[in-house]
Formats: sequence, structure tokens, C-alpha cells
Amino acid sequence: MSTRQFGARVERNIDPKLLRGEGAFVDDIPLPQALHAAFVRSPFARARIRSINTAAAERHPGVAVVYTCENIGDLDLDMPLLIPHPSMKHPHTQRPLARGDVYYVGQCVAMVVAVDRYVAEDAAALIEVDYDPLDVEMDLEKAVRDGAPLVHADATNNLAAHFVQVSGNPDDAFAKAEHITKIRVQIDRSTAAPMECRAIAASWDQVSEELTVWDGTQAPISLRGGLSSILKLDEDKVRVIAPNVGGGFGQKIMMFHPDELLVPMAAMKLGRPVKYIEDRRENFIGSSQERTQIHYLELAAKKTGEVLGLRDSFLHDTGAFIPYGIAVAQVASTSIAGAYRIPNIWVEFKAVYTPAVQVTPYRGCGRPHACFAIERAMDQLAEELGLDRFEIRRRNFIGENEFPYPREGLLFADGLRVTLDSGQYHKALDMMGKALDVTNLAAAKERARRDGKYLGLGLAFYVEGTGLGPYEGGHVRIHPITGKVYVNTGLTSQGQGHDTVFAQIVADQLGVNPQDVIVVEGDTKAYDWGVATFASRAAVVSGNAIHKTAMVVREKTLKAAANMMEVDVTDIELHDGAAWVKGSNRFVPLAAVATATNPLRYAFNEAAQAATQFAPASRHDGPPLAEGQAPGLEGTDYYSPPHATWAYGVHGALVEVDPDLCTVKIQKYVCIHDCGNMINPMIVEGQVHGGIAQGLGGALYERLEYEPSGNLANANFVDFLVPYATEIPNIEVLHLETPSPLNPLGVKGVGEAGCIAVGAVVASAVEEALKPLGAGKFHHVPLTPSMIQAALDRAGA
Amino acid sequence: MTRGNLQRRLAQTSDDPTLEVSLTVNGERVERVVSVRMLLSDFLRHELRLTGTHVGCEHGICGCCTVLIDGKSGRSCLTLVAQAQGAEVTTIEALAAEDGRLHAIQQAFKECHALQCGFCTPGMIMNIFGRFNEPQALDLTDDGIRTMLSGNLCRCTGYVNIIAAVRRAAQLAGRA
Repeated sequence: MSTRQFGARVERNIDPKLLRGEGAFVDDIPLPQALHAAFVRSPFARARIRSINTAAAERHPGVAVVYTCENIGDLDLDMPLLIPHPSMKHPHTQRPLARGDVYYVGQCVAMVVAVDRYVAEDAAALIEVDYDPLDVEMDLEKAVRDGAPLVHADATNNLAAHFVQVSGNPDDAFAKAEHITKIRVQIDRSTAAPMECRAIAASWDQVSEELTVWDGTQAPISLRGGLSSILKLDEDKVRVIAPNVGGGFGQKIMMFHPDELLVPMAAMKLGRPVKYIEDRRENFIGSSQERTQIHYLELAAKKTGEVLGLRDSFLHDTGAFIPYGIAVAQVASTSIAGAYRIPNIWVEFKAVYTPAVQVTPYRGCGRPHACFAIERAMDQLAEELGLDRFEIRRRNFIGENEFPYPREGLLFADGLRVTLDSGQYHKALDMMGKALDVTNLAAAKERARRDGKYLGLGLAFYVEGTGLGPYEGGHVRIHPITGKVYVNTGLTSQGQGHDTVFAQIVADQLGVNPQDVIVVEGDTKAYDWGVATFASRAAVVSGNAIHKTAMVVREKTLKAAANMMEVDVTDIELHDGAAWVKGSNRFVPLAAVATATNPLRYAFNEAAQAATQFAPASRHDGPPLAEGQAPGLEGTDYYSPPHATWAYGVHGALVEVDPDLCTVKIQKYVCIHDCGNMINPMIVEGQVHGGIAQGLGGALYERLEYEPSGNLANANFVDFLVPYATEIPNIEVLHLETPSPLNPLGVKGVGEAGCIAVGAVVASAVEEALKPLGAGKFHHVPLTPSMIQAALDRAGA
Repeated sequence: MTRGNLQRRLAQTSDDPTLEVSLTVNGERVERVVSVRMLLSDFLRHELRLTGTHVGCEHGICGCCTVLIDGKSGRSCLTLVAQAQGAEVTTIEALAAEDGRLHAIQQAFKECHALQCGFCTPGMIMNIFGRFNEPQALDLTDDGIRTMLSGNLCRCTGYVNIIAAVRRAAQLAGRA
């Protein structure tokens, strides 16, 4: 196996199981005698609870127990504020079951545990809750004004957080400006909508006093920390397993959704396994959502198009609670200057409570918002100055020789200064120009016009801070019996193919097939140092930790093999699952090397015989295991990044707008992207495709429709339009690889990349397409047929 | 926490009316007494432990729960097991060979990286499998394949590689 695995299109190890239907998602885990939970949820966006009557539900045949805030003991608490930040003056988190007040439609008020979900739901319907409804304001801009009904009494103007960051001297820049452009952009509420809703099951072992929790979470180790702390159990007595997980996209990084505390508690109290499998409606009204921001952005420029300064003041809708802190708004505010030098920045946000589902990160986490604002502003500036959209970007890009490029004064979501580390922005944009064949655009437009259609080119550049700390670890062990390599890290996968990319990294160091590397993650009993899967960080942080560890194990293996074959370490090479003496046919399989490094008493097989105490190879002067030595071929190491590493890319599209139907058809979609060295281009492309599809959902279709009363009108897949294959065009992905200077593998993250630029691309394209009709600006996504119609009506077209 | 306490007497059954169902699943005859309102998806998953059939929305839009009912693809989340009385049901577990060798569609999905989290995949494949079993020629243009897939949501892949996989599967299955 001398072929390098890093960079190869290796098919995924996990696939055969998933393809045969042998995956094990939470609801697939057999738990005999399991009881099932269902929730009573608030039908009001804001109300005071006068009384709750559970008597009929408790009597209902098949019901084990009904919980309200009155009988959940220590769990009747405000759930943790995960990421505190000084900008939050009145941080509020929800309680597992409402006490006194409810704050959004869907908030959990009572939990029924019964023999099956059917009965649990029947009984939930028998619970009478008497509500005193209160006034609400669902509109973000109105909610922050004086006199608006308050979500939380102590949060004046519904202000959850207010934060200003400054880089350089923005006042000076605006004073010197030859041209100022101002823009208001809006992105509406959306949700991750993973195909598997959230799910949790728990089992309490009365004998060992151990709690086992299966949770479709992105953060099993962190979840375990919280569970042991809140349930007052020793960490070692809590095992959290994230088995196969059906997509996460950030929704499952949020922890302590009410069920995540209540289900384990019920399992402990009842002595029977308990599970809660969220249904689709509950995923819409009960988990978490994201995206609504309204930016007021100004650029101070010279006539040449050089941008001297940026001011942005934006509103961020955080929903009824702010458990994940200001993460989404902070990422947006620190990504706001995009790929451009813009040395002077003033950026302010207000995070505003609205009586709606809580807002926590969803794939992109503020980056799509920032990209939409800055890219639409750059287009506008170009138009006002009579410059081409490509040219204005070229004049402002951070040049290749200007890296590392710090933005003094801006702290990123990892608490560290924003420093863009590397990139070839000009080259990426040139590639896009060629791929979109811009020189022939005029002719193509003319052809479309003859059919009554309008063609437009859309363009947006994005940057993405990826690979955030604090750290991850890797553990690698060569198994003495099979010679297979076992790898652990503290993450969990929701479809990203960790088991394959990490295997590729290890395979290169140990000379084995990636198929013989078995990656086990998402189980705190297997490995429990680390954080979680989020922020496009797995390849960067765990990937490098595993790489470092594999190098340690490689050194141990070389040394042991040299010892066994009585040659110099430099004469050993590892390939085809064995240690070879270079230039000869002498070799020892890795299993045998691993066995020989583990002094044995018992002989299980031929290799083991050689390691037993009377075997000639085992003769030692001192003890079989010398002082300071550890048995086996095994290692553990960690990687902690100095700061985020910045990936980037540019998306472009040709879209065709039908002014009669107000429909948008994407004729061509091109993505040029750079995530540093690619471990597996096939997997990278999959991540990018999926991100773009999600981005197109957000650009054209997906909007959560809250009625003025606070009811979510489209909490289902009939009315919330997740794209089918019929809505997603072919996507051309072109790669650039600028190695990250920050980590040994030179990698950057790619998980969120695809979704970031899409809204800006589509709006930019539709705007250009309809310019001949005088339709004006498109500064709001999702960009619906109704918006196009309204724009055309206004233009009198 | 519960050690030392009396074991509580907890409900073991509901008082749902039951009926006896008899149907063929993946070629095997099964007979069970079940609640009259049990969904076919729950029956397959929790009575028969064929958990490859997934449930993504329970309102017939996502297609994760797609199985073949008498040879035609159908939503097991919108079908009561009582309605499947006497039917022949085929699930994802029936596709690969006994020794685990993948079916042409499964193989094509693997080669083309047409799955990520794998949750929608069984339903997606059963839908395609149903179409492959129909005698009429397959429309393997991009638009034809998109239409074929238009009853299944996928949130991970952006469908690009699934479209490629359908074309590759048709090749492997001699349907191209």
C-alpha cells in the first residue's frame, strides 16, 4: 500500500451497513420493555399558565407517569447557558417543563410516559392546561421598539444582547469617503430540518448504577458533562452514545432540549428504558431554528471602488431564549468584511427576544447572513460606481502576499482575533469568470429574451472561519490479533464520513488499507476527551490530532519491527499491513509486531506464541516490560488550533427568470472553493453539493411562516419547502487547494462552505436578470415568486 | 437512584383493540396480533425489528419510509398494517445478497457517494428499486431521474450524486 490515501477518492467504510438498512439510529436500538414519551406543548406564543390538570391522563390505560414542573424535582430549573458572554444583559434559557409562563408555541408543558407513543399522545391530549394568553410581537423590527410586548419582563426592548466591535478607525474612513453606499438586507427564519428528527433513549442499570443515553447529538461528550452535573452522577457512570445520526446541520449541537434531561430522569425513576422520538411537527416547533437577521450596512469607498470602511448595524432574532449565547450573531459580525481588505470596521448587533422557537446555530451559523450583506453591498457599490462586479471584488481582495491578515479588534466565535490565514482569492475569481463564460453572456441573454425569459448572472464570494478549538484528541491502536487499526476521537458523525477520512490519514502513516482502519467515535465509553462536531472543525481539529497520534504509533511500530528483524529503524518501511525490511522480502505483519510489543503469558495464536515468556524473542535482561514502556502499539495525542483557519470560495450562477410565472430556473451553478488540502475530494464535493442544496432552499423556498399570533403556520414538509431533486440543478465544483499554514495536514473545514454564498448568488442573478424590466433590488431571501411579482408590479412591467 | 426502592408497578399494555394480521415480508410469512391503528412502518420496525425502513416525517412527504407493497413503492408511514393484510411487503433488508453483497442500486450509491447520513437512503433506494422492477424503459436523462426521485427528500447530498448513482445502477443492472 504505497499509494497515498490522503487526497484519494476512497469509498466510504460506513456505506455498506447504511445501504443494507443495517444502520443503527437511536430508534433502531432494541430496548426491551421501553416506555415512550410524548409532550404537551404550548399552543400560545406567550401566556401565563393558570392550572394544569393531569388526572385523566394519569388514569388512561397504558400510562406509566405524567410529569409537570411540579414532580421533576431537581430538574425544575433554568437549563444551562452554554456560552456566556458579557454582552448578554438578561440571558434566559428555558426550563425542561414550563413553570408559570410559556414563551413560544411548542414549549413543553408536560411529559407523558406510556407503553407506546400512540397511547402517550392520547394521554397528552387528555391533559387540560388553562392558559391566560398575553400580547406578542413577532416582527423583529417592531419587537425592539419601545412599548412592544416583552417576552421576558426584565429584558427591556426585548434586548437579549448588544455588542459593538471596532477594527481600525471607521469614523475616519467614512470622513474620507468619496462615495458611500447603504443597503438593508434581510434573511428570514429557517431550520436545519435533518431527515432524522432528534431522538433520545435512556436506560438505567440499577445494579451498576450506570446511566446509558443514546442521543442523536453532535456533542456526546459535552452532553455527558451536562447530564452528570445536572443529574448529580459521577461522569464515569454516565455513558452517552451518538449512534448513526440522520443529519444534524447544527440543530443537534444544541444541548439540553428538554427531552435530553427528562428522558434520562424518567428512565432512572421508573427503572425501565424510556425513549422519545421527536416527530416532524415537534422538530419544527420544539427544537431550534435560525437565520433571521436584518442588516443596515454602509460602505465608505473611493471612486476607484476601494472600500475604506464598513459600518453594519444588525438585528438578530434569537427567539424566546438564548441558550447558545451570541454565537450566530458573533460569527456574522466578525465575517462581515468577507474576503476584502476593508481596514476600518464598525459592527454592532442587537440580539432580540421574540416569542418563537429558540435560535441556535444552523449550518453556516451567521456566515450566510454576513455574506448576503457584504456581497449584495459590493454589487450595489459596483453598480453605483459603474464598475463590473468582478472588478470591484478584485480591487478589494486581500492579496496572496498579504496573509496572515488580522482584523484587529474583532474576536471570532472561538474568542480569538480574526486572522485570515491564506488564500488565492484572485485566482478563484478568475476561474469563475472562465467557468461562467461571461464573454458570451450578452448573446445568451438575447436568446433567452426571444423566448420571453430573462437571464442573469449571479456572483458571491465567501470566507469561512473553520476548525475552531479548543481541541480534539486522537487515540490509535494496532490490534494484536487482527492487525486492524482502531481509532478514536471525541466527535460524532452525522453523515460527513469521518470513519473514512480519518482512516485515510492513519492508513498513510501505518501502511494499511483504509478499510482496515476502524474509527469509533460518538461513544463516551470508547473515548471521552474532546468537544463536539460543529463549525466545520472535524477534519481540522480531530484530523490533525489523529495524524499526530498516527505518527507516534508509526515510530513505535518501526522501532519494534526493527528490533524483531534485527535491523536499523531506518531500514524499515510500512506497507500492505506489514513492516518490511527495505529492498527485501523480509516482513512481519503488523498484528505480529503489535503482539510482540505486548509481553504475553498465554498463546492464542502463532504470533502470540512468539510473545510468550519462554519464547526466544521474549528474552530480556530486565522485566518484560521495561520501566517507562507501555504495552502494545498505541498512542494518544491532541491538536489545539492557534485560531480558526479560513476557507473561502466563490459561487456563480446563470439563472433564467420567467416574468409571467415569476419563477427562477437555475441554468448553471458553479462553485470554486478552497478548503486547503483535501483528504477525500469525493467527500468534499458531497459536502459542497449538500450545502449548496440547503443554500438554494434558503435562497428560494424555505421560510418559517409565523402568524402574528406566534403560531408557526408551516410546521410540516407540505408547506415548508425543502427542495426535492427537481429543484436542485447540476452543480459544477472546481477545487483550489491552498494549504492551511496553521496545521500539519494543511486542511481547512468544508462542512458549512456550500450553503454560505447561495442566497447572495441567487439574489444577484435575479436582480441582473430583471434589470431590463426595472425591477430594482433584491435584498431579501428567500426570494419568492411573490417578491418577484411585487417588484415587477412596482416597476409597472 | 432507584435501588432499595420498591419496583413500581408500571403499565405493560394499552387497551387498544387488536387484530390479527397476516402478511408476507421479504418472502417470509408473518402473523401477529397488533393494535388496529398500528402503522406499517411501526410494525416493520418494532414488531419485526426491520429497522432499515426509516420514519422521517409521518406525513408522506419525505419518502424515508418507502417500501414495496405488492411490488409498488408505498409510504409505510401512511399505511396501517391492517391495510397490508395479505400483502407482500419488501423492505431494504431484502435487497443485498445473503452474504451481504450489495444490490446494483446499493453498489452504485456507494461508488457515486450518493449517501451521507444514510437516513433517507433506504426509502430512496426502495423507490428506485420499484421503478427498476417495472417493465417499461427507464428515462435516464437528468430530468427523467429527477422525476423518479421526486418523492424522496435528502438533506445531505444535494441529489447530484444520487442522480449519477441511478444512472450507474441502471448500467450495473443492465437497464441502461
